Amino acid sequence: MDNSIFFPLLAVMAVTTYLVRAVPFAAFRRKIQNRKVKAFFDYIPYTVLSAMTFPAMLYSTDSVISAAAGAVVAVILAYKGKSLLTVAVGTCAAAFAVSMILTFIV
Amino acid sequence: MNWRRGLHDGLAIGLGYLSVSFSFGIMAVNSGLSWWQAILISLTNLTSAGQVAGVGIMSASGGLIEMAVTQFIINLRYSLMGISLSQKTDDSMTLPKRLIGSFFITDEIFGVACMSDKVTFGYLTGLAVLPVAGWTTGTALGAVLGNILPSIVTNSLAIGIYGMFAAIVLPVCRRSKIIAVSCGISVMLALIFRYVPFLNEHVSSGFAIIICAVAAALAGVFMTPPDTEQQGGQVNG
Repeated sequence: MDNSIFFPLLAVMAVTTYLVRAVPFAAFRRKIQNRKVKAFFDYIPYTVLSAMTFPAMLYSTDSVISAAAGAVVAVILAYKGKSLLTVAVGTCAAAFAVSMILTFIV
Repeated sequence: MNWRRGLHDGLAIGLGYLSVSFSFGIMAVNSGLSWWQAILISLTNLTSAGQVAGVGIMSASGGLIEMAVTQFIINLRYSLMGISLSQKTDDSMTLPKRLIGSFFITDEIFGVACMSDKVTFGYLTGLAVLPVAGWTTGTALGAVLGNILPSIVTNSLAIGIYGMFAAIVLPVCRRSKIIAVSCGISVMLALIFRYVPFLNEHVSSGFAIIICAVAAALAGVFMTPPDTEQQGGQVNG
């Protein structure tokens, strides 16, 4: 891509993304006292991750079936409280195994 | 010690990023960028959805304002995460440290960081090392190696990041009914934004995530009985 197109767009992209991150994190210096507001920010991490994970997870591999296999393994391992790395590796392995079966056997 | 603990906690994220950014590298080169341009984007932005949208705008020679608005909306969730994370910091996190540390707020780094009671600058930067390395290296590999690896391998790696999300959310849902119900609501809303015809065409994925997460968290606040409002804090702690 021509640099005269690339660099201005890259600069705007990087600066916007940085400001969206930095301004709130730098500005909020005090603990939130209001209990309802505090509860909101306690819940937000988990509702964000939930919305990002499902159903997007089902479309992250080459077939919904292998992704579903990964999702089932992820739920079981995560529910048992396994570590992040264990769950991530197990999820990949399950999706890969089912993809191989679908490609070479079925 | 804190830095090393962060480094350790960042390993799973780094491995996940390596595979996700591999696909980004391939995509960027296919969109007409050179390999070093793809790497430069990953190094300066450190975000998945925003970069994919950004490359789309670049390849269409889009406008600067379009780029700014798109990035703002897709990445607005980082603002919410920044406020949430700020509640776990103390005075040792000075303004310069905040300005540096905030660069590393991503969905995954945030997700892991918020499992700690207290987030220090050392922990946050330690946590960021392997993800940044993985994100940049994966982009480089994807951009340079292109489609040498069979897609069955790269696609199977891409799902790992979602497995990690599940590993963060589900144990907390076991301990807190309110968070479990809130997450259920968030997923139901995500399903609506994904499958309802008009919505899935006109609401960007970044914006949909914000709507789902905010509505579900508000529902959680609504469900929280007045005398047990500390429950959420205990769950995090």
